[in-house]
Amino acid sequence: MERYYQESIETASYEQIKKWQSERLVKTINHVYENNKYYRNLMDEKGITPDDIKGVEDLHKLPFLTKDDLRKAYPYGLMSKPLSECVRIQSTSGTTGKRVVAFYTQHDIDLWEECCARAIVAAGGTKDDVCQVCYGYGLFTGGPGLNGGSHKVGCLTLPMSSGNTDRQLQFMTDLEATILCCTPSYAAYLAESIHEAGIRDQIKLKAGIFGAEAWTEEMRHDIEEKLGIKAYDIYGLTEICGPGVAFECSAQAGMHINEDHFIAEIINPETGEVLPEGEKGELVFTCITKEAFPVIRYRTKDICVLTREKCSCGRTLIKMAKPMGRSDDMMIIRGVNVFPSQIEEVLLKVSGGDLTPNYQIIVDRVNNTDTLDINVEMSNNIFSDDIKTIQAIEKKIVEKLRSVLGIGAKVHLVNPKTIERSEGKAKRVIDNRKLV
Amino acid sequence: MYIKQLSVFIENKAGRLAEALKVLSDNGIDISALSIADTSEFGILRMIVSDPALAKEKLFESGVIVKTTEVMGIVLEDKPGSLANVVALLADNGIVVEYAYAFLGCDKEKALVVISVDNQEGAVEILKNSGVTTINPSDIYRV
Repeated sequence: MERYYQESIETASYEQIKKWQSERLVKTINHVYENNKYYRNLMDEKGITPDDIKGVEDLHKLPFLTKDDLRKAYPYGLMSKPLSECVRIQSTSGTTGKRVVAFYTQHDIDLWEECCARAIVAAGGTKDDVCQVCYGYGLFTGGPGLNGGSHKVGCLTLPMSSGNTDRQLQFMTDLEATILCCTPSYAAYLAESIHEAGIRDQIKLKAGIFGAEAWTEEMRHDIEEKLGIKAYDIYGLTEICGPGVAFECSAQAGMHINEDHFIAEIINPETGEVLPEGEKGELVFTCITKEAFPVIRYRTKDICVLTREKCSCGRTLIKMAKPMGRSDDMMIIRGVNVFPSQIEEVLLKVSGGDLTPNYQIIVDRVNNTDTLDINVEMSNNIFSDDIKTIQAIEKKIVEKLRSVLGIGAKVHLVNPKTIERSEGKAKRVIDNRKLV
Repeated sequence: MYIKQLSVFIENKAGRLAEALKVLSDNGIDISALSIADTSEFGILRMIVSDPALAKEKLFESGVIVKTTEVMGIVLEDKPGSLANVVALLADNGIVVEYAYAFLGCDKEKALVVISVDNQEGAVEILKNSGVTTINPSDIYRV
């Protein structure tokens, strides 16, 4: 029996959803035009007034917003409510440039936490659960978002934050945590640590809600098997609100977008043209219920597909496929687009799960040619006294990579535990190319 | 008859061999014989040690990848042609030698050879019938 946090919304008719979206979009556009100079200038430049926007069908008339725009508007440029009404900021990690700061009113925090609550209930969460949140707390949205969602559902919430694995395992076993929220790479690391500590039989987890980085189906199976749980994907970005923009249900096939709060579009990343449902392109979001920081047509750089098909869970909210990766994560190697997730998929597939999901991609440029090196940790299951057996696995990985990526790569088997473990987002790629 | 050999994965990186060997020395394990096979990407350290079970346990605990394999050990006269004869004998019977390494034991007249073949049972049978002496495991662990 599927359970919902807000059944009337999550299973609303398509017409109802469209109606909400149109009303709320009009209201939001009026709000930002009136209350934010940046948006007003942007719309004035395009010769658009709030009167031109009568419903979702007019959304395409509005200009896009990019991460660069947000950086330019730093710090207060896009705040659309007076400071006296804003109660919180969250911020991106700022690893790719200047930080982006997002503002929240209490209303904004409530709706965000509601979105996370939907995700937790969709993963089977109830007020009888013990929810261990090991996303980072603080500026990062992961911890605060799931923490708030967990409160709303009524779970006993363990606000662990990231890191300190020994303490994580102690609380997980002593308090009998049933739901785990963290990045998939940290979930894999916890699974490994549990296996090593030989405490698998003391683990009471039944579900995991993993997001904030790209992961593959193979990694999902690996984590599910090692922890004996169902692993659910959750999607979000600070610019929109944080985790909970979209979430997976019992079908585990794509994530439902909370489209009563966020309108999703898929565009051609080159031309900006809106693409029909089912076509692959860049995901664009418009916030239609937020007050302090409602981004309009924000380009996520995530490449994926939207589908509005009947879902076995009963939810009618449109679904997005797991993004292939953020175009920020995408590397261009010898002119070919490469996503770390493609490499991960090959490693796990070729080894039949015998390789750990710990790998590192090193890109460099030697004599004007890009090189791609992949460090993979050797595992006891793969190691053999017979050199030919090991070389055959290496060769298989290289061949499969060539067929999937279209370029050659060198694979290096390294000692176990020598690739740095991440407690937050995994750092998979080291790009040593110095392009001047 | 068969000797327990440890095979250890050694990443191609300075210090990896030293790390593995230190685990053995820290636990008072003596190495009777060893060889290192290297490829362009990694190496395999093969060893006969005084206490294979303890060595495996300690190496595993320290995060080293290690497997126990069974190999044959034979005793030869330390003179020209001894090994050639044995290898020719195996080859004549269609047995392929995967790798081998030799070392001197306590008896200065004898050479000891660890040998891994594709058909171990067949090889043992042939050697036995030809009067080649195989090494007693308990002897070699203490060399």
